[in-house]
Amino acid sequence: MRDNTQIERLEAESVNSAEARQPLYASRRKIFPKRASGSFRRFKWLVMAITLGTYYLTPWLRWDRGPFALDQAVLVDLANRRVYFFFIEIWPQEFYYVAGLLVMAGIGLFLVTSTVGRAWCGYTCPQTVWVDLLLVVERAIEGDRNARMKLDSGPWTVRKLGLRVSKHATWLVIAAATGGAWIFYFADAPTLVGEVFSGTAAPVAYITIAVLTATTYTFGGLMREQVCTYMCPWPRIQAAMLDETSLTVTYNDWRGEPRSRHAKKVLAAGQPVGDCVDCNACVAVCPMGIDIRDGQQLECITCALCIDACDGVMDKLGRERGLISYATLSDYNANVMLATAGGSCPVTPSLVRTVNGKFSDKVAHFHIGKIFRPRTYVYMAVWSLIGLGLLYSLLTRDRLEINVLHDRNPQFVTLSEGSIRNGYTVKLLNMIPEPRTIIVTIQGLPGAQMSVAGVDLPANRSFAIPVEPDRLKMLKVFVRQPAEQIKGQAQTFKFRVEDKASFESDEYTATFNAPEIAR
Amino acid sequence: MSGEHIDEVSGISTTGHEWDDIRELNNPLPRWWVTTFYITIVWAIGYTIAYPAWPMLSSATKGVLGYSSRNHVKNELVAAEAAKAKYVAAVESKSVSEIADDDALREFAVAAGGAAFRVNCVQCHGSGAQGSKGFPNLNDDDWLWGGSAEQIQQTITHGIRFASDPDTRLSEMPAFGDIITADQIKQVSAYVASLSGLVQDASLIEPGAKVFAENCVACHGDTAKGNRELGAPDLTDAIWLYGPGETAIAAQVRAPKHGVMPAWIGRLGETKVKELAVYVHSLGGGE
Repeated sequence: MRDNTQIERLEAESVNSAEARQPLYASRRKIFPKRASGSFRRFKWLVMAITLGTYYLTPWLRWDRGPFALDQAVLVDLANRRVYFFFIEIWPQEFYYVAGLLVMAGIGLFLVTSTVGRAWCGYTCPQTVWVDLLLVVERAIEGDRNARMKLDSGPWTVRKLGLRVSKHATWLVIAAATGGAWIFYFADAPTLVGEVFSGTAAPVAYITIAVLTATTYTFGGLMREQVCTYMCPWPRIQAAMLDETSLTVTYNDWRGEPRSRHAKKVLAAGQPVGDCVDCNACVAVCPMGIDIRDGQQLECITCALCIDACDGVMDKLGRERGLISYATLSDYNANVMLATAGGSCPVTPSLVRTVNGKFSDKVAHFHIGKIFRPRTYVYMAVWSLIGLGLLYSLLTRDRLEINVLHDRNPQFVTLSEGSIRNGYTVKLLNMIPEPRTIIVTIQGLPGAQMSVAGVDLPANRSFAIPVEPDRLKMLKVFVRQPAEQIKGQAQTFKFRVEDKASFESDEYTATFNAPEIAR
Repeated sequence: MSGEHIDEVSGISTTGHEWDDIRELNNPLPRWWVTTFYITIVWAIGYTIAYPAWPMLSSATKGVLGYSSRNHVKNELVAAEAAKAKYVAAVESKSVSEIADDDALREFAVAAGGAAFRVNCVQCHGSGAQGSKGFPNLNDDDWLWGGSAEQIQQTITHGIRFASDPDTRLSEMPAFGDIITADQIKQVSAYVASLSGLVQDASLIEPGAKVFAENCVACHGDTAKGNRELGAPDLTDAIWLYGPGETAIAAQVRAPKHGVMPAWIGRLGETKVKELAVYVHSLGGGE
């Protein structure tokens, strides 16, 4: 007989035990966000107006650059490889400015998230803005939450069909306008708009419109919150950005609990009751379809519409606003400790309020000084340093440049009278939209003279050459030095370019090669 | 089928297939996935009808769109030819010096000539046209037969000492080993070397000059500057096709080597030859 009692039974359970196993695929449950009203909603309308206005109107702004460049203020000219932004013109080799701006955007996102949480997600992310816009259309056509739910569950009637068709048609028009606005950043907008409608624009313009129409309609109209929850990496990264002094949308259960729909009855029964009347207004307005009372969660984009909804209810009940509010985790934790007497009892309203119903002095409230802390100072410092660096670089950058390529094959040529000649491909970059006369000079290399292939110039140490506006001029320059003045197999000298009118100049240090024994 | 069967463990309905009491769960693929899959099948069938696809005995089906990758390339080549037709026509109708004077045309001819050079000329003249012993460097300003664009065109067209072209550039230096003595060869070599300042034995120069005057001036000239009509090299400059110095000069006097360059007109045609001439002329030594 075996004695089973000697075998210790371990408290272990498989992580995917058959009883507790959840399916990997979950069907989407439709969300019908109710219209919210309040200060955050008004702020979001304002942000929407500014962001959409900026997006649609920017390509139409004009900026005079003289007769040799387009007058569009913001233009990405891919065909000519130029980017224009008001007074700034960028050549492809200066693309690091864009890289610098992207780094600043990244650091800026860290800064914003560490102070006011996912404000980017909640207010300015294109996904949020366009979903908001398409929801406006949906509400205008199908009605608010209850009407939409009824329509959705109802049978297919002519009316339902008509509403659905008009909704999707309007969405598609908005989506097409979104894609349509995008292409104007890449060509002269007034010209392109005519071409687009007359069917003479480049195929890539129509393809871009089609792709962006499809993505706007699909992401903004059909997929909505699923994009944020399943496709976007930012909700995953946010945990690293938030800390206990970051503002997040918080349900203050220390004053809301115990929640009750029948406060009077419960009070009459002598039991404690919190501020939350369990009206679900916060859930109904949520575009992500979540319940903020379950705590901070991945799906929450902190759009703050639940704050508006709850504040409205609190106003009606004559309670203080802020049952749901922007709060830091440290304040929230302190208040929870206060309300539960250090965790020794359930949330008890009487612990946070004085006898006359006001909040006790011990309740922690947010003040603006809390967001200034070493972490935010570091983000701000890095952000500003990069910004200042870019600005400095922008203000001191060259608009006249020279690049030189030394011929490699042959490296040098012996001429009939014994002198040595080297060939160079010289590129003169006139980076302003005005024609200029550039003076090219050689410095060093005693006795050496230049001649230019295909340009009729007397051999000299200096020559002037016109360069077209905003263009690169490539010259084949031959430099020859008399044999008796050659010192060594590799001598360095300088090509110098100068614009006498603007006093701009640039230099390039080149090498002059000679055979081992120059006679 | 006896109604829907639900699997007890997972709570999922089964397909009704059963083998040895093992049932298959009914977990259908998402609708959008299946739809996309069917669309790709329909697309694939349409594709094989539209484009060449199905292998037959000797070839494959042609496809109703009539596409072929050979035609595609042919069309691209035709388009490329059409794109440069304007320049090619101009090269055909103009002289090489006119081409060299026109910025856009010169740029085209230099690019086209450079391409032809890399195919036809680099074997002897080197990839940088730098030449080597016996093969002239085309970058320098020393020309046996003349360095103007027209003269270069003439040289490329008919070649040098190319027997099958009656208009070829022709010259031959006698082998002086059979005509003058070894001492005289030594003397004249020292004299020639001295003309361009190369080291030499001073006692040999004067008799060398005499030998030169008696034998060499007919082609190389009184001042040894050479004669381009005859392809006779300038002996006073710093460039030596067969190497500098008395020994190399003496070897060339005794039994001269003569390079041969083919006539290219038959193989490349006039337009290509013009482009090549403009390219060579542009290398830095053109006159």
